[in-house]
Amino acid sequence: MSLALENVDKIVGRETHLKNINLNFETGSRNVILGRTLAGKTSLLRIMAGLDKPSKGRIRVDGRDVTGVSVRKRSVAMVYQLFINYPSLTVYDNIASPLKTSGMDKSEIDRQVREIAAMLRIDDLLERLPAELSGGQQQRTAIARAMVKNADLLLMDEPLVNLDYKLREELRVELQDIFSQRKAIVVYTTTEPTEALMLGGNVTVLDEGRILQTGVTAEAYRRPATVKVAEVFSDPPINFLRGRVQGKTARIGRDDIHVPLEGEMQRLADGDYTFGIRSNHFLLERTSDRDAQIEARVELAEINGSETFIHFNHADTRLVAQEDGIHLYRIGSAITLYVNPGCLFTFDLEGNLVASPSPERREGPLS
Amino acid sequence: MDKWPDNRAWFLVLPAFIIVAFSGIIPLMTVVNYSLQDIFGPGEAVFVGTEWFKEMLGNYRLHAALWRQFLFSGLVLLIEIPLGILIALAMPKRGWGVSASLVILALPLVIPWNVIGTIWIVFTRPDIGLFGVGINSLDLLEVPFDHTAKPLYAWITLLAMEVWHWTPLVALLAYAGLRAIPEAYYQAAKIDGASAWATFLYIQLPKMRGVLTIAVLLRWMDSFLIYAEPFALTGGGPGNTTTFLSIYLVKLATMQFDLGPAAAFSLIYFLIVLLFSFAFYQALLNVGRGEKG
Repeated sequence: MSLALENVDKIVGRETHLKNINLNFETGSRNVILGRTLAGKTSLLRIMAGLDKPSKGRIRVDGRDVTGVSVRKRSVAMVYQLFINYPSLTVYDNIASPLKTSGMDKSEIDRQVREIAAMLRIDDLLERLPAELSGGQQQRTAIARAMVKNADLLLMDEPLVNLDYKLREELRVELQDIFSQRKAIVVYTTTEPTEALMLGGNVTVLDEGRILQTGVTAEAYRRPATVKVAEVFSDPPINFLRGRVQGKTARIGRDDIHVPLEGEMQRLADGDYTFGIRSNHFLLERTSDRDAQIEARVELAEINGSETFIHFNHADTRLVAQEDGIHLYRIGSAITLYVNPGCLFTFDLEGNLVASPSPERREGPLS
Repeated sequence: MDKWPDNRAWFLVLPAFIIVAFSGIIPLMTVVNYSLQDIFGPGEAVFVGTEWFKEMLGNYRLHAALWRQFLFSGLVLLIEIPLGILIALAMPKRGWGVSASLVILALPLVIPWNVIGTIWIVFTRPDIGLFGVGINSLDLLEVPFDHTAKPLYAWITLLAMEVWHWTPLVALLAYAGLRAIPEAYYQAAKIDGASAWATFLYIQLPKMRGVLTIAVLLRWMDSFLIYAEPFALTGGGPGNTTTFLSIYLVKLATMQFDLGPAAAFSLIYFLIVLLFSFAFYQALLNVGRGEKG
């Protein structure tokens, strides 16, 4: 099966929720829709499911126009941010509910329910009510209910957001396995770049109802087409500093960061640019003599597990460095950071990417 | 942590204790006092022990009033709860209609009880009332409608009044419960291909269980203590057919001045109310547990 959205707009009242969306999905593909809250991710899923009609544009399944066709007549399953289960039905009946409406015979329903429940490791909870389960188990039940339907289109609307950190990690890993066994179009929305990268497949970066970039997930991370994509696709946020290319060097920030041009940057014409540096590319120690040096003041050092986020200020811009290990800094103290010139993203003043990090650099740690 | 060494802290509890004593304990003990004595006049009282209780428990009038009371409260619940849910389901979900229907719905709730009694007396009067004249002009009834004429008519009028007055409360509670259901539940039901009836049965009703239990509790207790409506409308008649517990109690205490039996009866009444409150409270707790998460 293939699903295509053609020039889809969604306007509610005076608000544009989606604008000119063109997307194609193929059976067996794994698709991530990445965007911040209110980017239009849920609106997009609802239109794909057939829960909402687009204000403009067409939806085609295998070339056939299904724009106005009711969700009941489509082969769709969906998992939500909230844990949606029938409150008065047991886990077993919850999972069986989509099959019962299809008129399948009892023993076959039983077989399928138990198979899916085993896959999601809730087979020992089948007699319980949703309210007697933990959040993770409730969401597993909801996922099982979506899976058992064996729909052509499986929509996951930020399914892990409301789970605690540990459960999220656990389920995220399991979902990858489960998705790979499915012959369906899987569409998964998230606000988290790390989640998008883990799921892989294709990504659609959405912002304010518009598509910013589509492509293979890892590739979009390596080459964000615009400043906006780089912002959406970075956590912690990517740092931007204005600067100028002159001859063989770029002078960044307060004109005091001197970066020798490397890789794609060597092709840059002289002029003003915006440079992007991922927070994990700020180093506390010099690794080569080409490294650019940044002098700054610490505004806050935030220790997060085994990492430290150092917030600092340079040229009136707030920047964040992400460092392994625990580092203690006094607020207001001076700090020197280093950046390898090969790690810089260069954007022109319109915000379009003109040079991305050299291949050997951009493979660095993802988060 | 060590125990606070200063017992003067108890003084902080004193104001609350005094208020509770005056509002609850002292009046209650006065009733207990009456229920154990036979009072002939000032300073002339004889301790009679449990005699009044025995007498009241064996009193057939009290039994009749009690069964009447259960029947009335049962009917009230059977009508008001489903009707309230229906109204809540039919109410608009967004737009100006929401505030309009909420205001209209709340109207009966803000009218004083004696005004309600008067409204219904006039409304059902066979000579000038809209309903009374209307139904009698149809000539369908063997005995012309008059709530003072026939016990059935008195009951119908009382129930209609009670339903008109209090169903809006149930509807408001049910509406609040419905609005609290996230939209995603309805979407999920749609995707599953569930019918409107299945959506009601498996999503709306279970999700409303909490508020509906509160509605049942409130309406049960309130209708069990009903006094104003039959007092204003029928005064307990015709005969004794609408003499509910509170009406009987007031007759006993203020008209016959049987303070001893009335006090004993009050305590029995109080215990029944307490027992049901406890039962409903337990049910409510369990619902809360079941709905968690």
